[in-house]
Amino acid sequence: MGFLKRITSRLGAPLGSRNMIPTEARCTESHEWVIFEPDTGAPLGVPRTAAIGLSEFAVEQLGDIVFLELPATGDKVKKGQSFGTIESVKAASDLYSPLSGEVLQVNQQLPDNLELFKTDPYGQAWMIKVKPADEKEFETLMDARQYQQYLKEL
Amino acid sequence: MPFISNTPQQQKQMLAEIGLTMDEPSPSKGLDELFADIPPEIRCSSLDLPAGLTEQQVHKALTEIAEKDSVSPVRDAARLTCFLGGGFYDHFIPAAVYSIISRSEFYTAYTPYQPELSQGTLQAIYEYQSAICRLTGMEAANASLYDGGTAIYEAVMMAMRITGRNKIIIDDSVNPIYRVMIRSYTMNLQIDFEHTNSSDGLANHEQILNDIDDKTAAVILQNPNFFGCIDDFTDIADAAHKKGALLIVSSYPLSLGILKTPAEMDADIVTGEGQSLGMPLSFGGPYLGFMATRKKYVRKMPGRIVGETKDRFERRSFVLTLQAREQHIRRDKATSNICTNEGLCALTALVYMSLLGKEGLRETAQLCADKAQYAYERLTAIPKVEPRFKDRPFFNEFVIDLPFEAADVTAELIEKGFAVGFPLSRYYRKMEKSMLICVTEKRTSRQISDLAEALERVL
Amino acid sequence: MKLIFEKSVPGRRALRTGPTDVTATANIKKDLLRETPAVLPELSELDVVRHFTELSRRNFGIDNNFYPLGSCTMKYNPKVTERIAACPGFADLHPLLPQLRMGRMLTQGALRVIYETDVLLRQITGMAGFTMQPMAGANGELTGMMITAAYHRDRSNKKTTILIPDSGHGTNPASAAVAGYKVVSIPTGKNGVMDFDAFKKSLNDEVAGLMLTCPNTLGLFNPQIKLICDLIRSVDGLTYYDGANLNAIVGKARPGDFGFDIVHLNLHKTFATPHGGGGPGAGPVGVNEKLLEFLPVSIVVKKDDGTYALEYDRPKSIGYIAPFYGNFGVILKAYAYILMLGKEGLSRVAENAVLNANYIKEKLKNHYNLVFDRLCMHECVFSTTKQMAENNIHALDIAKALIDRGFHPPTVYFPIIVKEAMMIEPTETESKETLDAFIDAMIDIAQLAENAPQKLKSAPITTCVSRPDETAAARNLNIASL
Repeated sequence: MGFLKRITSRLGAPLGSRNMIPTEARCTESHEWVIFEPDTGAPLGVPRTAAIGLSEFAVEQLGDIVFLELPATGDKVKKGQSFGTIESVKAASDLYSPLSGEVLQVNQQLPDNLELFKTDPYGQAWMIKVKPADEKEFETLMDARQYQQYLKEL
Repeated sequence: MPFISNTPQQQKQMLAEIGLTMDEPSPSKGLDELFADIPPEIRCSSLDLPAGLTEQQVHKALTEIAEKDSVSPVRDAARLTCFLGGGFYDHFIPAAVYSIISRSEFYTAYTPYQPELSQGTLQAIYEYQSAICRLTGMEAANASLYDGGTAIYEAVMMAMRITGRNKIIIDDSVNPIYRVMIRSYTMNLQIDFEHTNSSDGLANHEQILNDIDDKTAAVILQNPNFFGCIDDFTDIADAAHKKGALLIVSSYPLSLGILKTPAEMDADIVTGEGQSLGMPLSFGGPYLGFMATRKKYVRKMPGRIVGETKDRFERRSFVLTLQAREQHIRRDKATSNICTNEGLCALTALVYMSLLGKEGLRETAQLCADKAQYAYERLTAIPKVEPRFKDRPFFNEFVIDLPFEAADVTAELIEKGFAVGFPLSRYYRKMEKSMLICVTEKRTSRQISDLAEALERVL
Repeated sequence: MKLIFEKSVPGRRALRTGPTDVTATANIKKDLLRETPAVLPELSELDVVRHFTELSRRNFGIDNNFYPLGSCTMKYNPKVTERIAACPGFADLHPLLPQLRMGRMLTQGALRVIYETDVLLRQITGMAGFTMQPMAGANGELTGMMITAAYHRDRSNKKTTILIPDSGHGTNPASAAVAGYKVVSIPTGKNGVMDFDAFKKSLNDEVAGLMLTCPNTLGLFNPQIKLICDLIRSVDGLTYYDGANLNAIVGKARPGDFGFDIVHLNLHKTFATPHGGGGPGAGPVGVNEKLLEFLPVSIVVKKDDGTYALEYDRPKSIGYIAPFYGNFGVILKAYAYILMLGKEGLSRVAENAVLNANYIKEKLKNHYNLVFDRLCMHECVFSTTKQMAENNIHALDIAKALIDRGFHPPTVYFPIIVKEAMMIEPTETESKETLDAFIDAMIDIAQLAENAPQKLKSAPITTCVSRPDETAAARNLNIASL
C-alpha cells in the first residue's frame, strides 16, 4: 500500500485542513488532483487534455521531495493504478492515476526542480498530461469541497 | 545480579514512586505486580536453567571448551595447517584491525539513526562503500549484507526489479553453497532458474550465450570461480545487455588485488564475501556480504546507504540516505527486509584495506597466487595426482584428481595435521576423487612441501 | 574531517608483506589481470590508527552513556564475551572442518556451543527446536515465513496472506512480502493492542499466518494472546512471534506457552551481544514439534555417544539460510551471557527492564503526552503533541536537545501509528541515577519547549555536526568517493 493511501491521524492530533484547492480540480483519495486544460476552442467531441499532480496536502505530508519517477509519453495509464513513484526523505509512494488514458506529455522540468511541488503544487508541478479514455471517470472523483471535507475526516 | 545496577533498596524506592509499594522487606512482590497484564495461566514460574556462573567460571569453562576441541590424539583443530578454501579463507589479520574494531564507541553503538552522534560509524561506512567501489571498479555500494550468499540472492531480486523479468541463468561454477542458498531463499517466488553446467573448469559460455533471451533478468557467474579458475565474462555481459539482461558477478575481494575487475568485464552488479578482508574464519560467521553496482541502479539496491552532505554550518557530514526504499519506511514494498546488517564487519574490511593499502593488497594477492602455483607444481608432481583442469589459469585454489576417494585422503591428511579438501561430491557429480586445494599468503614454502610429502605418503 | 583517501601519501605503507619464500610465480595472462591497482589508501599504521581513533570519538556507544532506543534493547555488553570469542579455538576454526571426515571430532567444542545454545533457548522460549542460522532478526523473520510456506505446501494448503498489526516493526511486512505473501494490516485498537474485532474479521482460509510481537511496540501486553493463537490455528495458520521485545518477559513467560508456532530471537538485543554499529547480529528461530522437519540444515545434534554432529538428512528442510551454522561468533557471546546469568539472573532481567520503563513513564507523564496511561512493559511511548500544539516542537527537536545533554535520544517516529512518537526502552542494566539524570533532562527540555522553543530548534550545538541536510543528501546523491 502506498504512503499516499495510508495517511490518517490515528492516535495523534487531527491533521490540518487549511489547504486551498482550485475549484476546477478533482481529487482522489490518494491525493492526486486532475485539472482539465482550458478549452482552446477545439471542435466538440475532441477529448481535452487532463493535467495530473499531487495535492498541497500530500506534498506537506511527504516532506521534502527528493526523487520522482514518471512514465514516458505514449504510455497507457489506468484509473487507480500506479503510474510512477515519488520519494521524500521519510517516505516513498506509488502515484495512482485518477484517470485512464494515454500520456501525452511528461513534465521534464519537474524532476530537477522538485521545489515546485511546494511553491506551485497545482500549476507548474503538474506531473503528466493525459488524454482521457473516458471523461466520465472525472465525475467519480471528489470535487474541491468534497476533498476538503475528506481531509478533515482523516 | 550480574549486570543489573539497582540494589533491592533502590528497586523498592522506585516501586514506591510508581505506586507499587508493598509492605514487604524485599521488592519481589512489587516486581511481580509489574507483570499483572500477563494472564496467570500463561506465566511461567521458573526456567529449568543451571545456576549462573561468575565471570571467572564462565571464562574458564569456555576457554577449556575452545582449547580441548579434539577428543582424538590429533593436535587441536585451530592448529591444523589450513589448506581449506571454498569461499572462506585463512588470511593474515594485522593487529591494528583488532585494536580499532574493539574500540567500544564503534562496537557498542547501534544503527546510526542520529547522525550527530554517529559521524564515526557513518563516515566509516561511506569510506567502506568507496573502498568497495574502488576495489571492484563499480560506482555505488551499500553498507553491507549478511554474507556472500544472501548478497547474490539480493542481487537476483534487484535484477528482477530492474528488468521486470524473472528468468535467471546460473552456472555450476558458482559456489555450490551459495546456489543452495539462492534456491532456498527463492523457493516461494516465481523465478525461472536455468542451470548451466561448467565446462572443463570454466563457466559454460556457449550454453549461457545460447540461453540468454528477452525473458532473462540476469546471469550469475563467479570469478575466480568455485574451482579457483580465472575467467573473463565480457562476452556474456555483452550478450546480456543486447537482450536487456544484467550480469551479476560474485567476487573474491582479495583476488581483486590483481585480477581483472567485474567492472572491466561490464558487469552490472558485483557481490561477494568480504571475510577475506580482515575477518577471522570464526566457524561460519559473522561474515560480510558486499554489493556494488552502477550509478543508474542505485535506487534499486537493497540495504543501508550512507551519503555525504552538509550540516547547518556547511560542515561536511554523513547521513543514512535513500532510506525511503528500506523496510522501516516502505514496509511491504521495501527493496529488502534487511535491517541489522554486518556493520562492524564492514568497518573491519575498511580498516584492513587501509592497512594493506594500494600496494599491500596487490602484493598479498600476488603472494597467494604465487604460493598456489608452487603448491600446484609440487602436488601435481606426485605420481598418481593429476590436475583436474589442465592449463586453466587459477588464482589461489585448484582442483586435483586422486586415485582414491578424496574424503578418505582428507581424513588421513587431517591425522597428519593438514586441513584440506571440500566435500565436492556432496554438490558435484563425478568429483568423488577430486580435491580442492587453497593456498594463502600465510602458508610457507615449508608447509607446502610438508603437505606434498604427506600426500605422497598417503597415496 | 578528511576522508581516509584524502590523507593518502603516494608510496606510504602500513602493512609490509615480506618477500615470497617460493620460487614459483603465478601463471596468469595479462588480459585476465586488472589494468591498474585499486586506489586504496597509502598510509602508515599510525595514520590509520589516528584516523579511526578520531572517528571513534565522533561516535556514541552504550559504553558512553544512556542509549534508550525503543525496540533495540541497548543493554550493556559484557566484556568477558569478547575475550572468549577471541580464543583461537573458536576464532580460527574453518567452517568446513566438521564437514570433512575426521574433522567433526576436532570441532566438538564449537559444535557443543551451538547445540547447548539451542537447548538453552528452547527452555527460555518454550519451543521444541532451534535453527541458529539466521544472521539477524529480519533474516529470522524471513526464515519463519519460509517455514510457514513449506508447511502449507506440505499440506497442499493454498494460503496467500499474512496478518500483521500496523504497530509492527517494518521488517515484519517486508519479510512477509519478500517471502511471497500478501500483507493484511490489522489496525491497533483504542486500548493499544491489536484490534480484536478487526483481527477476527480478517480470519479466513487465505490466511497463512499471523506475525506479531508481545508486548507490542507500544510496550503493551495483549491479554488475549492465547485466544489469538488458537484462532489462527483454527484456520490452519501458523503464528509467528517477533522476539525483539523478549526483554520484557524473559524468565517470566514464554512465547511457546502462549501458543506460538515460530519464534525468533535477537541475540544482539535480549542476549547482550554488541550491536556493532549496525551488526553483526543473530536471529535464531525456534519452532514447535510439528515444524521441526522444516528447519534449515545442517542442524547440530547430539549423538548417543555424547558427541556432536551435523545432521543434513531432513528431506522437508527449507535448505540453507546461512552458508554454515549461523553467526557463530555472535552465538558464542550469547551463550556465555546466558551461562553467566543462569536461572536467577535471567528472571531478574525482565523485572528490572519493566521496572525501569515504568519509572520513567510515571516521572515523565506530566510533561509529555503519554499515549497509554497504564502499566507498560519494557518500553513506553510518548508523543510530543502538547509541545507541537504550543510551539511546533517536534519529537525530533526533543531528540536533538537530548544529544546536547549527553544522552542518546530514544527512538523517534516509531511506531508509525503514533504521531511524533518517542519510544523509550531503558533496559535492566541502567541504574536509578542514570534514569534520574535522563528524566531531569527531559523535564528541562519540556520546560524549554514551553518557554524558549527556539533553543531547541538550534540543537544540538555540542556535537561535531548539527542537523545534516538529509534532503540535499538524497537529491544530490554522493555515496562514494571514487
